[in-house]
Amino acid sequence: MSNPRPSNPSQPPMSGSVVVRHNRAEVEAIQNALDSAMSHAGYSKASLFAVRLAFQEAIANAFNHGHKTLPDDTPANVEFAVNAQTVTIAIEDQGPGFQSETVADCTLDENLEIPRGRGVMLIRNYMTDVRYNAKGNRIEMVYRKPSPSA
Amino acid sequence: MPSADSRLRVRKQDAVVQVEFIDRNILDEANIQLISDEIFRIIDQEAAPKLLISFANVDHLSSAALGALISINNKVRNKNGQLRLASIDPQIYEVFVITRLNKLFQIHESAEDALKSFA
Repeated sequence: MSNPRPSNPSQPPMSGSVVVRHNRAEVEAIQNALDSAMSHAGYSKASLFAVRLAFQEAIANAFNHGHKTLPDDTPANVEFAVNAQTVTIAIEDQGPGFQSETVADCTLDENLEIPRGRGVMLIRNYMTDVRYNAKGNRIEMVYRKPSPSA
Repeated sequence: MPSADSRLRVRKQDAVVQVEFIDRNILDEANIQLISDEIFRIIDQEAAPKLLISFANVDHLSSAALGALISINNKVRNKNGQLRLASIDPQIYEVFVITRLNKLFQIHESAEDALKSFA
């Protein structure tokens, strides 16, 4: 992971900006960094599940859709920041972008048996706030830690 | 039969083919394709497949895995077969609920319950 370095060597990096290729090991390295940072910041197992799911869907969209017509080693950029209240992740691919509102509603009866198109809706369900840039090649998503009473 | 690098544990009991995943995380598209191909081959070998897929070992799955399950369900149905899912972790079951796929699949709490449900 890149900057900034933790002041305490035993503390995992709580933020970073990483170039990642379509490679399971590179994606898992970021995932593990996120898991470590969230665990350190006191997030629950359910929160780790939610963020893991959203991150995996977003990175899959970047490579499988954003980079569909680009060379397989085209990198995407991942930024993350974890603090006691929120987890923020931004993923930017080098593709032409897409408009998320054009994805069909997969929960309609007539679409239930269509095998694709559930990633974006899962991200929206599990994250607190999800935004795309105008071009549609960058997703920024925020997860807010549930209050203890929630 | 599963190959040496199979991502599945497969056994047949009372005409029901029971499949369990070896991987705890079913996220990677390439891996999902391998799993899907392997289950497709099992379905191809059965006249009217009775297939039980257990998620007992699974901690995470992606929308690509859900898509593979839908394709498996379609293939089983096209052969007049029956598909049951079982032993899904509550967090993963919530993914089925959010996507309404709990309405599409017959999901049982345990493999034992699922086995009893086959016609």
